[in-house]
This record gives sequence, C-alpha cells and structure tokens, in this order.
Amino acid sequence: MKLIASNIAVIRGEDLILQDVSFNVSAGEALIIRGENGSGKSTLLRAIAGLLPLEVGSFSIEDPTNGFGGTTHTDLCHYLGHENAMKPAMSVGENLVFWQEFAGQPHLDIDEAMDMVGLDGLQDVPFAHLSTGQRRRISIARLLISYRPIWLLDEPTAGLDAASEKQFSELMKAHLEDDGIILAATHIPLGLDSTKELVFGAIK
Amino acid sequence: MIALFKRDFKLALRSGGGAAIALLFYFAVVISMPFAIGPDPILLSTIGGATLWIGALLASLLGLERLFQSDAEDGSLDQMLISTVPLGGQVFIKSLVHWLVTGLPLTIMAPVFGLFLGMSQDALLASMATLAVGTPAISFIGAVGASITVSLARGGLLLSVLVLPMCIPVLIFGVGAVRAAVTEPDPFLPPFLLVAAISLFFAVIGPFASALALRQGAS
Repeated sequence: MKLIASNIAVIRGEDLILQDVSFNVSAGEALIIRGENGSGKSTLLRAIAGLLPLEVGSFSIEDPTNGFGGTTHTDLCHYLGHENAMKPAMSVGENLVFWQEFAGQPHLDIDEAMDMVGLDGLQDVPFAHLSTGQRRRISIARLLISYRPIWLLDEPTAGLDAASEKQFSELMKAHLEDDGIILAATHIPLGLDSTKELVFGAIK
Repeated sequence: MIALFKRDFKLALRSGGGAAIALLFYFAVVISMPFAIGPDPILLSTIGGATLWIGALLASLLGLERLFQSDAEDGSLDQMLISTVPLGGQVFIKSLVHWLVTGLPLTIMAPVFGLFLGMSQDALLASMATLAVGTPAISFIGAVGASITVSLARGGLLLSVLVLPMCIPVLIFGVGAVRAAVTEPDPFLPPFLLVAAISLFFAVIGPFASALALRQGAS
C-alpha cells in the first residue's frame, strides 16, 4: 500500500497555508513532518484526514490492503489531534468502548490496549481524574482498539514522560512492521529507525 | 450510530448533562406565570396552552448550545467528521437524544405543570399531545442552529436568536390546536397534524443542513 500526495495546496480563510506539497509513503514507512510553529504541519494532517478541503492537488492510495479496496483514503486513517476526544464525565473504559463501536474494525480489545499503554486497571476511573500524560496515553490506546493502516499523529508525544515516549515508539514500530503507515508532525525525535522527512519553512 | 446514541444518552443523564435542568427551568417558567398574571382562573386557563408551549420552547433551547460544542472542545467532533458513519445520521441521533432527554420529559410533565394554570382536562391532554409531536421539531431545528454557532465562544445567544423565529410555525399551530380542543366548533385535528408535519419535515432536512454547517465550520 502507498499513500501519494501530489501538489497539495490548502487555503484557510484567505491565507495560503500549504503549496506544492508532494510526497509518497509506502507500507511500513513513517513520514515525519517538521517545521516551525505555524508552518502548516497540523494543516497538512487535517487535510489528509479530510477535515480541510484541498484547493489544488489530490491524495490517492495505490494498491490498498486487502479489505480496504474501493474505500477512500480518509477511511483508512486514524487521526490523533491535539485534543484527546474523550468525555471527562465517562470512565476510561466507557470512552474506549464507545470509540471502538463507533469506529468499527475492532482490533485489540480494551484491556489489551490499556495494557499496551501501561494503564491496565484504570478502566473504571473517570477520564477527568487522569493526568495529562495518562489522558494522552488513553488517546493513543484509541489507535489500537480499531484497525486503520494509516496513523496521522499531531504532536503525539505532547505531555508524555520519557518511559511512555519509549513505550509509544515501540507501538509505532509494531504498527510499521504490520505494514502500517505513520505520518507524524512533531518537534522531538520519535525513536523510529528509518523515517522519511518533510520539512516546512515558515510562511512568507 | 447505536454507540453514539448510548453514549449521548448516558452523558445527558449524568452530572452536567442538563436533562434535569431543562425540566426545572420549565417548571420555573410555568410557575411564575400565575404570579405575573394574578389569580384569575379564567385568564390563566385561556393562556395555559400558550404558557406551556413557550416554556417548553425556552427549556428546549437550554441544552442545545452544548449539543455540538462539547464535542468540538474535546476533539470528538473531528472524529465524527472523518468517521465512516454518515454525518447526517449522527446529527439525527444527537437530535433524537436531545429530544428524549428534554422534549419528552417536558411533554410528560406538561399536564402536571398545567394544573397550576387551572387548565381543563381537555386542554391538558391537548397540550400533551401537541407537545409530543411538536417538540421534536425544536430539537431538529435547534441542531442546525447549534452547528452554525458551534465555533463561537458565546454561541448560545445567537443560537436562540436563530432558532426562535424558525420555531414560530410550530408555536402557532401547537397553541392553536390546544385552543381548538377547548373552543367549539374549531377542529383540533388540522393544526395538530400540521405540527406533526413540521416535525417530520425538519427531521428530514435538519440533519442534512446541520451536517453541511458542521463541515463548513471545520475548515
């Protein structure tokens, strides 16, 4: 499988945020998007996820994995934004069960995913009671409970401690070995071995 | 979609969900009427239907502001937008839950609150019937308003200003049906069926309009 972007341009309001962005990422590869604050990293990820319309250009998927043929590329993506998309009034378990049922394609079960992010046993705790890093880890667990080959990660390690960062890079490695694709916007090294890079300059 | 229904229903009934608040607000509006008008049983029972309807309209507006705003704040809305589940269907489910936790309890309690207004038995039953078929329209129209104002910090006021005029037809025929139920020879059925028609109409176009507004708001 291969995700190809050709000549992407995105306009927000009246400003041209992205222009002539082209790249391709194959199964098992990670693309790290770097650049200063405001250079359009999040905009690119949101555009890939289908949250922002493209002004010019297109995304396409070459030879999709079995079972995903005929679907648009946005259906193949997990998007992890700045917000964690969890309801504070519900328990961690309830939140994850909801996202699993809502997103479909169940992969790991809730307990397994919680164990993978090192928070097994916190299923019944209200999400509001967790610390910032723990909330982020639950959000990462959301990537594991439903299967999507492409992970779009926007500052995924924000709020994580060193041990959790390491744990998360193991999870990403496992996903890549599984023929997954990762696109991540970040400032800090994610601990992945071989990655492509896309560097954005500041906007004029 | 069933998952969304279960989650929203659960959230609405928990603390901060606002389901009980709407009912209390409804009670407060209806109960303050006799104090404002004075103890005139004939006048009170004449305007009883209108009072029950206006109270229900205002109480329904209360929870609408948070319909999509809480999802937008915690990032759930992004996930809803990119989901494989049709967005219009999701809006329909959310509006339906909003009605189940506000419109339906208001309808059930209306005859009880109507007793404070000295309404006749026929008028009470007619109010309950028209509210039952009319309040869904408020939820579906409200969803459109909520999705337009989702990105605004103080969207609640604008939401009310947008939604109230759209609800006037429901109000006219709803109150008209209640009045017709107690005044001979006006027929009850035509205005009642019109209210039902308005609800069905907005149940179909509301979710589409709302989905469109949410997509525009995201970009």
